[in-house]
Amino acid sequence: MTYFLVKQLCDISLLGRVLPFKVCRRKIPSYNICYRVLRHCLVKSLPLLFVVPKDAVDLSKFPVDKIRNFCIIAHIDHGKSTLADRLLEMTGAIAKTEKNKQVLDKLQVERERGITVKAQTASLFYSHDGQEYLLNLIDTPGHVDFSYEVSRSLSACQGVLLIIDANQGIQAQTVANFYLAFEAQLAIIPVINKIDLKNADPERVESQIEKVFDIPREECIRVRDGGNMLTVSPRSSKGSHRSVDDPFKALVFDSNFDHYRGVVANIAVIGGRVKKGDNIVSAHLSKTYEVNELGLLRPEEHATQKLFAGQVGYIIAGMKDVKEAQIGDTLYRHDHPVQALPGFKPAKAMVFLFCSWPLSMYPMDQSEYPALRSAIERLTLNDSSVTVQRDSSLALGAGWRLGFLGLLHMEVFNQRLEQEYNASVIVTSPTVPYKAILSSAKLIKEHGGEEVTIVNPAQFPDRSVVLEYLEPMVLGTILAPDAYTGKIMSLCLSRRGVQKSMVYIDEQRVMLKYLFPLNEIVVDFYDLLKSMSSGYASFDYENADYQAADLIKMDILLNGRPVEELTTIVHRERAYSTGKAMCERLKESIPRQMFEIAIQAAIGSKVIARETVKAFRKNVLAKCYGGDITRKMKLLKRQAEGKKKMRRVGNVDVPKDAFISVLKRKEK
Amino acid sequence: MITYMFRKASRGFSPGLRRFSDLKVTEHVPESPASPRLTEQASLYVHWPYCLRRCTYCNFNKYIPKENNEDIMAKCLQRETETLLQLSQVSCITSVFFGGGTPSLAHPSTIAKILETVSKQVNLSDEAEVTLEVNPTPVGMSKLKDYHHAGVNRFSIGVQSLQAKDLKSLGRDHNSLDALQTLAEARKLCPGGVSVDIMFGRPNQTTELWSRELSEMLRVCDDHVSLYQLTLERGTQLFKQVQSGQVTMPTEEITAEMYQCARTTLQQHGFQQYEVSNFAKNNSESRHNLSYWTGRQYIGVGPGAHGRFVPLGEGGVAREARTQTLEPDVWIREVRQRGHGTRRRIQLGHLELLEEVLVMGMRMTTGINHKHWELFSPELSLLEIFGGSLVVQELLQHGQLILDDRGLRCSWEGLALLDSMLPVLLVELERGFSQKLAAN
Repeated sequence: MTYFLVKQLCDISLLGRVLPFKVCRRKIPSYNICYRVLRHCLVKSLPLLFVVPKDAVDLSKFPVDKIRNFCIIAHIDHGKSTLADRLLEMTGAIAKTEKNKQVLDKLQVERERGITVKAQTASLFYSHDGQEYLLNLIDTPGHVDFSYEVSRSLSACQGVLLIIDANQGIQAQTVANFYLAFEAQLAIIPVINKIDLKNADPERVESQIEKVFDIPREECIRVRDGGNMLTVSPRSSKGSHRSVDDPFKALVFDSNFDHYRGVVANIAVIGGRVKKGDNIVSAHLSKTYEVNELGLLRPEEHATQKLFAGQVGYIIAGMKDVKEAQIGDTLYRHDHPVQALPGFKPAKAMVFLFCSWPLSMYPMDQSEYPALRSAIERLTLNDSSVTVQRDSSLALGAGWRLGFLGLLHMEVFNQRLEQEYNASVIVTSPTVPYKAILSSAKLIKEHGGEEVTIVNPAQFPDRSVVLEYLEPMVLGTILAPDAYTGKIMSLCLSRRGVQKSMVYIDEQRVMLKYLFPLNEIVVDFYDLLKSMSSGYASFDYENADYQAADLIKMDILLNGRPVEELTTIVHRERAYSTGKAMCERLKESIPRQMFEIAIQAAIGSKVIARETVKAFRKNVLAKCYGGDITRKMKLLKRQAEGKKKMRRVGNVDVPKDAFISVLKRKEK
Repeated sequence: MITYMFRKASRGFSPGLRRFSDLKVTEHVPESPASPRLTEQASLYVHWPYCLRRCTYCNFNKYIPKENNEDIMAKCLQRETETLLQLSQVSCITSVFFGGGTPSLAHPSTIAKILETVSKQVNLSDEAEVTLEVNPTPVGMSKLKDYHHAGVNRFSIGVQSLQAKDLKSLGRDHNSLDALQTLAEARKLCPGGVSVDIMFGRPNQTTELWSRELSEMLRVCDDHVSLYQLTLERGTQLFKQVQSGQVTMPTEEITAEMYQCARTTLQQHGFQQYEVSNFAKNNSESRHNLSYWTGRQYIGVGPGAHGRFVPLGEGGVAREARTQTLEPDVWIREVRQRGHGTRRRIQLGHLELLEEVLVMGMRMTTGINHKHWELFSPELSLLEIFGGSLVVQELLQHGQLILDDRGLRCSWEGLALLDSMLPVLLVELERGFSQKLAAN
């Protein structure tokens, strides 16, 4: 498929270039807030012309006004990466072959899942009307879990293409991504994609865009296979601040770790210029580095002598430790300090507070701890949105409590650990961070405040010293064909969801908004939603603060003794079903022993569920044929080894597997 | 017959061929890994790999012969016996056991030749127990007399069941009448030296049926009974039948009941249980099997046979776990080329040897006495290892295990749960052993 971008406005002055974006004030009814929007007026097509640049690139011939930084945002599978591939082909960055699929998606997990996780950058050279332009394309992830990647990418951009599948129309993540770009005050150009598909209905999508985003249908671009080559060069006023004559100032917006060369940082040069041999300083650590190598990403690294204001590229400056290249950090010349850029921290902090998806991760075997630690450190360099705290469990040993942005984010992280670092881990269920408002003056003094966040169920404060418990909430957006509305509504109700709104975005599609306790959607909500709607429903959520909730602590007992690592905080309404499920899973995984084992779930002293593992009556078998005891010895030795690893609760031996099967996420 | 004559002759006229010794084999030979006495003797296991047909439950190393190669097999068994006896440097073979496969398919002369080979090389006492596994078929029965003449003095008869239907579904090549006749014939030849194998936990078997069948068996059997639970092994026909739901196996609860019921019944009939699955009266315990359980050396000859001995002949000092090549044809080639078909040799460390002594010893109702343990472990006593362990204390308190002046053993109830206790005991043994090592 060939998609295209419209390019325009190459021969007019700086002011002229900003002009085509009209500034309008717009009210979004569903959010009840106003935005300033910069919008490009001339987005309709022009014929495409381009030249393939020679290998030796003279970057100095691309002043700020010849550079366009843009990215493509879309719901998952709406064709973002394919569009990026075509752009790379058409500008000659890569050879045009059938094999170009997800060129910018370098990670194995991205290719396997057909998704983009890491934003990738590619510098494209494009000639139009005799002028040569540098287009910096920043590919972005589609899933809401990776929205921090999107915001990071957006911070280096002036405009976005919002891709929408002509068949599927607006999806939950289209909405989320739109607002991210909107808040970043970027020019947004809706592109209706795949209009050649059989069931494509671009008119319907255009009216959805009008209705949901309040963008006139004339501004939408339709693209399809092979034809309609368009070029767009959106610019915001941001670019006008940049000048090659300013002191050097660059934003670190991504980084990778290379075993041989150390940290490779991706930077957007905000002002001035930088060249090989320059001494630069990281504002975050105040450490000085010498630039060893720099260049463009096309998308492969392409070394150059210098980088100029407005350009995007990579830099290698002898940073050895993963922590030295903080994303959001500012780089400047050692002899010319500048004011640090705001970075991404505020956004991250918000994410951590509200919507983190905490879970604990342990090495399969404690001897793998050091290796796993370094793998996690390296991955978190690439993915600064993951919060890491040390954790330890009686059952599973030393590990980490990691905070993710969502389920997919977590799965991808886990898969990258396995694929890129060959590390196998035990992942325990996500637990959401609850809070308690204390009533006891003594405790308030102890905690230095009346509100405490409960990270570990063991620290759950007793009802008697608590005014109220709070649980984190999310505002979920569901888009689905109206035929499934009934089913979806009853699913939401069963998850303690409260409906906030219901809007028909066209004749067949409904947008539902629900307020959910985070805990109710963390594990399998999305899977259920997908399966009950034959895959048509899409789901997205945002943080919605904390709400009072009737929370209780539930213990799991083995022959009357509590198993600390299985203590759980649950909503009272959920206690029985959760307790029963945990007892059942334990029963399946605790082997029969020489005595009966009672597995109970209890709230305080009240038992709410029970399962029994019957005692062995006999387990000695068979003769040893012809003195063949090797096999028997092996089996016994394995059992003895297993015995050593078991956790003893009272007189019950609990295999590690039992904890894992109760704690770990259910397989889909 | 010629062989038989020859043997008789050799006994009568050339005692030099069979080295008699004054040394009487007794239960309490001083033994420790370093002790020379332990390495002076061994028992011998000879594996006959062929069967006429495949039993539906069996995954053991056996082959349906394509052609009659008995002569070759006999020669190779003799050759390997020679080689391994030489390698082990033992001066005395305390017992011989012919197992299989179906060793009663072998010609009696083959058995005689092998025994001959043994007695030519080392001391094989007239009183040494020589056991042959017998399938109770008419053909097998017809040869019992010749086997006896060849030197076999104990028959272990694979009766398995007296239910015609079950014998058929198990794929056995005999019926219950054959079994009864074979048993009677064997008892006539070796009074007090006949053992029957009975199998329980068979498809569709109930405790009641089992109890009745066992009583019937006890009326006709000799002084020794081996009781086995049918275990479902992967790759067998029975396994497939159970998987596909054609056949149902009794539950764990039922087989536990059957086992206890059998133990009680056998006791009432005067049979003493001396091991997990073995019962005897009038002192007719299987001495060959006892030597396994008491951690003695044994030499395994034949395809897939296992052995445990010190290869003194090549300067070895540690006991080795040895396995012979499985496939008869390959094994034959190897024996012809280099005198033996040993495929795998693993040296047992001291701890590993003690682990085997523990695991095997605990299968006996008498368990392991202090003196016996001391032979293998002069530096670390049973009390030192198990006396202080909390987990062992728990087992003692619950009456499943007994640790007293005599030694360590299972209680009557505990024996049925041995496989649950062994991992615990192995952990303690390893802990004690490594502590001792660190202290030294």
